[in-house]
Amino acid sequence: MSTASKSLLSEYVPSASRYDEMVDDIQIPRPHWRGFLSHLATLPMETMLGRSRFVQEAIASDGVTYNVYADPKGTSRPWELDLLPLILPADEWRSISAAVTQRARLLDAVLADLYGPQQLLAEGLIPPALVFGQRSFLWPAQGITPPGGVFMHIYAADLARSPDGRWWVLADRTRGPSGAGYALQNRMTLSRAFPDSFRELQVEQLAPFFRDFQDSLYRLSPTAGEAPLAVLLTPGPFNETYFEHSFLARYLGFPLVEGQDLVVRGDCVYLKTLRGLRRVHAILRRLDDDFCDPVELRADSALGIPGLLHVIRAGNVLMANALGSAVLETGAFAGFYPALNERLFGEKLAMPSIATWWCGEAPALEYVVTHLDELVIKPAYPSMQMEPVFGHKLDAAGRARLIDRMHRQPHAYVAQEWVRLSHAPTWGNADGSVVSRATALRVFAVATPNGYTVMPGALTRVAPQEGDVVSMQSGGSSKDTWVLAGRPVARIPLRRPRLGASDVATSAVDIASRVGENLFWMGRYAERCEGLARLLRAALVRVADAAPQSEPALRSLIKVSERLELLHTEEEAAEIASAETVEMPEVVAIETRFVSAVVDPKVAGGLAANVHRLHSCANQVRERMSTDNWHVFNRLPQRLPGPKATVSSALASLDEVMLACVALAGFAMDDMTRDESWHFLLLGRRLERLAHVTAMVAHVLRLPPAERPDALEWLLEAANSIVTFRARYRRAPELLPVLHLVVFDESNPHAVAFQLRELWLSVERTAAELGREVTSDVIGPLALALRDVKLEGFEPEEGSALEASCKELADLLGRAARAAVGVSDELQRRFFSHAGTPAPLGQGKARRPSEAWRAARVSKVDKP
Amino acid sequence: MTTRSYVVVHETNYDYEYPVGLSRQIVHLEPRSTSFQTLRAHALRISPDAEILGTSLDPFGNPVTSLCIDADHDSLSVRAESWVDLKPRNYPEDPSTPPWDAVRARLAYQAGRRPDALDLEAARFLFESTRVRNKRELAEWTAACFPPGRPLLVGVRALMTRIHTELKFDPTATTVSTPVMEVFERRRGVCQDFAHLMLSCLRSMGLAARYVSGYLLTRPPPGRPRLVGADASHAWVSVYCPDHGWVDADPTNGVFPSLEHVTLGWGRDYDDVIPLRGVLLGGGDHELEIKVTVAPASDYETIFGERSELMRAR
Repeated sequence: MSTASKSLLSEYVPSASRYDEMVDDIQIPRPHWRGFLSHLATLPMETMLGRSRFVQEAIASDGVTYNVYADPKGTSRPWELDLLPLILPADEWRSISAAVTQRARLLDAVLADLYGPQQLLAEGLIPPALVFGQRSFLWPAQGITPPGGVFMHIYAADLARSPDGRWWVLADRTRGPSGAGYALQNRMTLSRAFPDSFRELQVEQLAPFFRDFQDSLYRLSPTAGEAPLAVLLTPGPFNETYFEHSFLARYLGFPLVEGQDLVVRGDCVYLKTLRGLRRVHAILRRLDDDFCDPVELRADSALGIPGLLHVIRAGNVLMANALGSAVLETGAFAGFYPALNERLFGEKLAMPSIATWWCGEAPALEYVVTHLDELVIKPAYPSMQMEPVFGHKLDAAGRARLIDRMHRQPHAYVAQEWVRLSHAPTWGNADGSVVSRATALRVFAVATPNGYTVMPGALTRVAPQEGDVVSMQSGGSSKDTWVLAGRPVARIPLRRPRLGASDVATSAVDIASRVGENLFWMGRYAERCEGLARLLRAALVRVADAAPQSEPALRSLIKVSERLELLHTEEEAAEIASAETVEMPEVVAIETRFVSAVVDPKVAGGLAANVHRLHSCANQVRERMSTDNWHVFNRLPQRLPGPKATVSSALASLDEVMLACVALAGFAMDDMTRDESWHFLLLGRRLERLAHVTAMVAHVLRLPPAERPDALEWLLEAANSIVTFRARYRRAPELLPVLHLVVFDESNPHAVAFQLRELWLSVERTAAELGREVTSDVIGPLALALRDVKLEGFEPEEGSALEASCKELADLLGRAARAAVGVSDELQRRFFSHAGTPAPLGQGKARRPSEAWRAARVSKVDKP
Repeated sequence: MTTRSYVVVHETNYDYEYPVGLSRQIVHLEPRSTSFQTLRAHALRISPDAEILGTSLDPFGNPVTSLCIDADHDSLSVRAESWVDLKPRNYPEDPSTPPWDAVRARLAYQAGRRPDALDLEAARFLFESTRVRNKRELAEWTAACFPPGRPLLVGVRALMTRIHTELKFDPTATTVSTPVMEVFERRRGVCQDFAHLMLSCLRSMGLAARYVSGYLLTRPPPGRPRLVGADASHAWVSVYCPDHGWVDADPTNGVFPSLEHVTLGWGRDYDDVIPLRGVLLGGGDHELEIKVTVAPASDYETIFGERSELMRAR
């Protein structure tokens, strides 16, 4: 039986022109690989294939993904991890680590100067174009000294090894680099694939690095004596490295938040939780600099926190990395670093950058144009979104175009020497073959009170095929990176975070308000859809049967539906009709209006619009649902027929929507975890049903006396009480028993009285659990008032006494409907927006630039 | 007469469709003092009551006030009243200014050369910014005004005149967000567009130029009284001229500003000195009214029918 090691060596063909990480020129394994290779030699091929499968399965079950924007197969793609690690010896690592530490210190000092005295510019050591000409130079951050004077809390250097075996810096990641979390995840996976090798080979541990990072952020935070709260700020689930955000947040124990979870009050920034506002002392951000505060930075950013810069200026929050640190991401600085390091620290740079020419200097441009074949052309400003261009791959026309572009805007281009990246053996998953692929390292450093410390390990990125592009965005793979300690290593277990769970939930104590808010609205919309579906079904059934006796009922249905704003107004309907240039008989017009209420999302109060709202709320809290529950939500919009629906197709879809809603109600009660936020889902459902039933009954009571009797049957249907009514009374509906059943009967889960009682209880339970008042007491008095209503008032068949009773009850129900809205607003204010004032009803939050400037037009004046 | 005194009243009123719960704004409405302009008095009146988070200088040295309103409000009104004295400016004789290409050369980076401090400060206004483009076609269009060796201000005046004559003033042609290249193509716009175009031309030539936001004194039609709110904000440019400092040029009117241009502040372009910018929570749609009044200081009482509270307080 063949063993893995034998095949690794016997069939492996290293690249002739590159440095190979594993073997030397005559294919003898390098000393630091021998331990691993001899371990592999003991493993049968089947074992290796099994471990390779294990790695893939572990990635799938841990849900490790990387979003690729351009991927037609959807954004979420499984992370690629190679079974074979990259191995580096202790002495070599010592010099890499020292070089990265030195470079991190330099870049931090350069940032401090650029956002401070700008002495380096004054001395002519940095071209102004690279500072003032860059969008990523953040003007509003000028003059801000961050806590402890540290700008760059986490830094990454992309390193490459040239054919002569030397290491070079390819790029600097200063804004808040991604990859450290993936490196940790890679280690967790591979340490399970090769548990014994780790011990035997004395591989350096990664856990202490992350502990240092966490500890340093806490220590540098301006806490004013409070227990520090640090959060990880993410742009959201659509970001390419969102998996890493949630993974790191859990590993470091920081709540994962989006901009809307944070709010500025006074001079501090707070996390909105269901228990109230909690001051945030440190923000580890994965959000681009200019998106962080729409007041002072990009006005169109909906991802940022209005007023955050004010808090930063006041020194009340630590930003990691400091806003503006992205300015050093451009490769154009590389050529200036050696002189800067000499000037600032009197030292030579230990590791050179890849030879770099900034074309803004005339001699550099000239060199670049004449040596294009040997160079890679990159944008000087990362905001340019240009892919690197390998000069040797261009044809004559492409060459001419590029040269022309560079002449037009020389300062916008940087040329780097084309490095022939070193190669390493890479496992071919299916057949166990091993191929040689280009690799590059991303090495991380974090600021600690004692200077920078480097992660003893790295994210090694591997080119997807032959070639020198190693970006994950281009579909590359990755490797775990083993740094050999050369001494016994204390085994520190990598704490295993729970994965694949909520991406928005925070610690057990602090549930972000956003979660509660989305669940609340999800409850309201689900209930609203169900209520609308029942009412519309009652109407469409009567439209469909077209019997003369249905007509009076339809008249009242139209009136009530209009008042509930779920129909087009007659004018709108006429407009649609005239647009279709068809003369419509009245009955068709009625049909069209009710079908539109089902299918047309432009009818604001209609079913389609609310189904879409429900779907989007559910999407925000997707991870809190079981798969089955989510599937019900996800299929819901597809249950609506298209715009050309007929009465019968609309009816069929109403049945399906109703079934789905009933299923959702079941999931809400029986399937979802009942933490604090769940209570808000329940409150939402109760409030919505209360608002809907009270409004409906009140409108029926306010109908002209002659029309009221014909409305009773559909009211029972719409209030889902027709079956109970028939079973109980076995006769045609009359006002008193109908009102009793849909208003006063506390045993009927669709009755007003039932909603009030349950809401009352629910508010109390929630208050007890949260330890704070949930709402001012408006529900209790209403419930009691309802109990006091005399049913005898509804005994007369007609007359002024009956009308007076009807009016009185309609007013009481109207009060209840308004109270439901009021409580909803109050919850919104108290628990979700934490504002002193309400947000517009049903809209959630609308945040937008004030557009003061949009209208501030300047006009021509008479010439003086 | 060596000095002129003016009063500027700049009122901004918003009416919102729905109540606004939270509003954070940054206000650039206080005129800065310069060698030729003295700010004698200034007051900002905000309704409803706002918390003033701070008054400071922005990175370009303009006074800026940030405010926050954390209570329900249906409307917002900001009234800035400013009293300034203007002195005549000393413009250099155009032909006496250095050749424009020499200016470009000294502004360009040269490794190992310590830049002059004023040149370095001017370099802040040398590159593209949000609304100013650096384009070869603009450089080609501008080149006619800047033959080699021509004194800088001769060229600047030629460029200003060219924009003034070749572009049509047309408030309907552009919006506040029309890109400068579109203005260039269509050859029409308002003062803000003219200023952004002139900045783009100058920076494309490698010269440093900044955007100036301010006001212009207007004259009511003969025999008519001066009216409240009859004026508007204005914008022009300022060019860095080594050994002389910054020289203003108003391409909308084809003049070098002097005693009738009141300076509010400057930046790389309009975005740096937006009078009022910020974020609202809620609000829905809104209606906006802006009223600007620029008048000789002595006319305040005639125009507004009462004495200025601000001046009475002094």
